[in-house]
Amino acid sequence: MNIEHSKARKTAKTIRKLLRNPSAIYRRPGDIAFTTVVIGLGISIIALAIGMAFVLLDEGSLALREFGFFGFLFGTMWDPAVHLSFGALPFFFGTIVTSFAALLISFFPALAVGIFTAEYAPPWLANIIDNLVQLIAAIPSVVIGIWGIFVLAPWMRDTVYLPVFEWAEQHHEWLLPILGNPMGYGIATATIVLALMIVPYTTALTKDAIRSVPREQREAGQALGATRWEVIRMAVLPYARGGILAGAILSLGRAIGETMAVAMLIGNKNNLPFSVFGAGATMPSVIVNEFREAVENLHLSSLMAIGFVLFLLALVVNLLAAYLTRKFSVKGGQTI
Amino acid sequence: MKTMLQRNIRDRIMESLLVLSTIIVLLPLVIIIAHVIIHGIGAISWDFFTQELGSPSRAMQGRPTGLIHTILGTLVVDSVALIIAIPIGLGAGIMLSEYPDHKLNPLLRIMNDTLNGMPAILKGLLAFVLIVKPMGTFSGLAGGVALSFVMLPIVARTTESALMSIPWSIREAGLAIGLPRWRVVLSAVMPAAKFGLVTGILIAFARAAGEAAPLLFTSFGNNYLPNHWLGMLLGPTDTLPQRLYSLAISPYTHWHDMGWAAAIVLLVFVILCFATARFLTRQKF
Repeated sequence: MNIEHSKARKTAKTIRKLLRNPSAIYRRPGDIAFTTVVIGLGISIIALAIGMAFVLLDEGSLALREFGFFGFLFGTMWDPAVHLSFGALPFFFGTIVTSFAALLISFFPALAVGIFTAEYAPPWLANIIDNLVQLIAAIPSVVIGIWGIFVLAPWMRDTVYLPVFEWAEQHHEWLLPILGNPMGYGIATATIVLALMIVPYTTALTKDAIRSVPREQREAGQALGATRWEVIRMAVLPYARGGILAGAILSLGRAIGETMAVAMLIGNKNNLPFSVFGAGATMPSVIVNEFREAVENLHLSSLMAIGFVLFLLALVVNLLAAYLTRKFSVKGGQTI
Repeated sequence: MKTMLQRNIRDRIMESLLVLSTIIVLLPLVIIIAHVIIHGIGAISWDFFTQELGSPSRAMQGRPTGLIHTILGTLVVDSVALIIAIPIGLGAGIMLSEYPDHKLNPLLRIMNDTLNGMPAILKGLLAFVLIVKPMGTFSGLAGGVALSFVMLPIVARTTESALMSIPWSIREAGLAIGLPRWRVVLSAVMPAAKFGLVTGILIAFARAAGEAAPLLFTSFGNNYLPNHWLGMLLGPTDTLPQRLYSLAISPYTHWHDMGWAAAIVLLVFVILCFATARFLTRQKF
């Protein structure tokens, strides 16, 4: 009883002290220490992001000085063996082409899955589909890569590339250089795998955007006698287009940075021109393939400089996606 | 003017197209998982979990090989990554949610999102420059640091949203009974958000555990168990995703089979993390 009493008196004293000087609550030693630690940890993330840009630029400076930034970016020769001349254009081009093509292939199916789960499927089914789609994003890139090497690429070669190639050989010979060598490992296979891997990002943001469309919007359409599809087409999709666009840009960002599956399937050819079925390379794939074997300083520095170009490209795409999500105020689709 | 019949037919066609697209998207997932199991199950044996890989001739001569060094290496590298990423990620998340008026928060949020959007391979290059170069050798430690760069922004972001979902009244209740602010955060807010926090860490872990690109230039790979128990931390170390890549691009069929088996282990691991994370988020509601 006595202890309780003294405790209560102590608490009352503390409260009185706090009331006299409310900001004291932030000035206790414990709080000072805690805020310092927390803010220090926060700052370390900021430092890491900025540090990444500086480190890549610094490590790549040897190559960037040698060839000039634009000379390096638009240089078409990548020759680590004889001339020691390095240009990033083949890889920059490869990254852009595969990423945009993958987005083009995956966009409408991904959009359809988002519409189906948000508008048509009953909650239990929508939940299952949602989990499975997120699982696609969770499958490690190397697992998709090994499947691509031993299953997808041979199958695509036998059922798609070779028949198309033979048909072109007989009827439209001018197509052959565009199609390229149908060996199975090349731009087309890498793009198909990329398309699969980026579906979850478009789908997640599409679904969020469609779910955030107000009910009145749909009811207005229904009241006019519109069918279910007409309501979606005319009332829901236009309202959700910002979120859908943000999802597409986010997917593009993922495609640009996707490394292992592409490196395992693209066939690795370091000079232009690329062809549809033939081998190619992207910025991440050339770093993976050559970094461990790079001996010359200039070669190593050129790979770092490619990393810097990749950093800039990813930065632009991510800032664009962030701007769109903020502008259209959709929740960032948290995907695994 | 379209008739009602035409409009209804169109409605049905669009619905079937949506269903068809959903099936087309999900079919590869089923096919991939089925192929991984079919190809890999044969190579999973007692040896697979107890022997080290050794040189290619070891597999061709039929002597026992396995990936014990890879599995142990993965545990070491992933632990290092968690030890680094959890405190920093939680700290940044606490800063964003508990001190919402801090001047650095907008910058931290942008930088965190930027870091999250950066390709994992660049995080590997960063860890190479920061750790491998000064140390002069590839090491499990460097691999762990590289993976922690992958986890960090995810942990920070999920921590922020988990803590934000706790009502302010809980904080006010804590402050009203005279708790200092740090005790409010650690003893009232974080326990209330524990499912969300664990989910975030699991999501980050599942994501990082499957990454091979950053490990290629940091932990590098190793066909043997190290002689000394510190060897995994301070010397080249094998990890599952990176070993799977090396096995898949090797010219030996026996190694291809082991690659598929490694894919099963990796897939089971990632799906377990994923399912637990999903289960925990559902518990919350």
